Amino acid sequence: MSNNNESIGKTFFVVIGLCLICAIFVSTAAVGLRPMQNENKLLDAQKNILAAVGMLEGTDVKAQFEKHVQIRLVDLDTGEFVDQDPLTYDYRKMMKDPAGSISLDEKDDQAKIKTRAKIAPVYLAYADGVASKNVTSLVLPVHGYGLWSTMHGFLALDKDGNTIKGLNYYEHGETPGLGAEIQNPKWVAQFVGKKLMDDAGNPAIKILKPGNADAASAHQVDGLSGATITSNGVQNTFAFWSGAKGFAPFLTKVRQGALNNG
Amino acid sequence: MASAKEMKALVFGPVFANNPIALQVLGICSALAVTTKLDKALVMGLALTLVTAFSSMFISMIRNHIPSSVRIIVQMTIIASLVIVVDQILKAYAYNVAKELSVFVGLIITNCIVMGRAEAYAMKSPPLMSFLDGIGNGLGYTVLLVIVAVVRELLGSGTLLGVEILPLISAGGWYQPNGLLLMPPSAFFIIGLLIWMLRTWRPEQQEKH
Repeated sequence: MSNNNESIGKTFFVVIGLCLICAIFVSTAAVGLRPMQNENKLLDAQKNILAAVGMLEGTDVKAQFEKHVQIRLVDLDTGEFVDQDPLTYDYRKMMKDPAGSISLDEKDDQAKIKTRAKIAPVYLAYADGVASKNVTSLVLPVHGYGLWSTMHGFLALDKDGNTIKGLNYYEHGETPGLGAEIQNPKWVAQFVGKKLMDDAGNPAIKILKPGNADAASAHQVDGLSGATITSNGVQNTFAFWSGAKGFAPFLTKVRQGALNNG
Repeated sequence: MASAKEMKALVFGPVFANNPIALQVLGICSALAVTTKLDKALVMGLALTLVTAFSSMFISMIRNHIPSSVRIIVQMTIIASLVIVVDQILKAYAYNVAKELSVFVGLIITNCIVMGRAEAYAMKSPPLMSFLDGIGNGLGYTVLLVIVAVVRELLGSGTLLGVEILPLISAGGWYQPNGLLLMPPSAFFIIGLLIWMLRTWRPEQQEKH
């Protein structure tokens, strides 16, 4: 028996058969569990949006989210709100969908994301509940390439569309302990109160080498030590999403009072 | 067929008498990383136990058909598939813990205990015994992880499973938490002390020179 086992034919048979069985096993599990994982991801995203604007309290994330947050869709080129059901709009899918996205030139593509959805969701947060009609902050989904992976985060801004209230990275594949420190609350706290743009409306956030940022500056932030490329990725993400190809048209409208009208 | 006594020895032997971490000093790497909190340690222990048990069982089932030239790759394929499935299940049912454990679930693939049991026991033993052997070694790993995690979470953050036991000074209590216990090196000290205690209690585990 053992002699037979060592033949080339038997080796191939065992290896290929095993691979097939394992492939079926793994893919069944992955496909079967995906709906639940997506549900969890959605809940986690809602939690992160609430955390970014500092409205996360209690354990019932779903109820909190419904109470405080309204999702609107924005046409990124014009900055106008779009009347379309945000719940059926799959932003992550549209980013890559040729029909729902535009491809970016190399010079425009600071964040190295290659394509950008035409329509993006924005989250309007109401501290006193959606019914109060008093928007207190807005949350923008941002993403950009770091060292290993695309880093997805939420950027919370004050209702002036310029002052940063929070930054919350919820999905990334950066090195644990180095690049993954983008999730460290201490690092993220530096961004709070900084201005996204300068007086002329150009992207202005500057991430410097660690220790060089002037705390009194409205735009400077210390990078992460040991994670230069990840820090650059965050810098590029800011440059892109606060620029003309990102949310700048929308934020201009916000400063002109788009939130009060509707 | 093996007797009930043998089976019992397989399951409970590795807990104290032949603990994979304390006696064989295998699987230390993950023991350092996932023991800052008790819930993480429990989930990691459960995940590793399931992977070890089922991989040993499947490998044992096909042990007579595995060509020895590719046996490590065959074992790895089975282990890796199981780890992916466990990771997927955790992401579906225990999302928060899965997120905290992040890469360490995936790293079960490289955990020496899993490979060690597959190579040392499952390749020579029938499926049921291999399964029980896997459960036993997983249990030994879990017990040690849980002891380390209890010490680290209780003294490091004053909580157990997130419930406050020792009220912290920062929250108006009296306990000053020991930050060192939240760092990976502290697990080395604790595991070292545990090994010392275990070998004092059971002198037959001491290595003779």
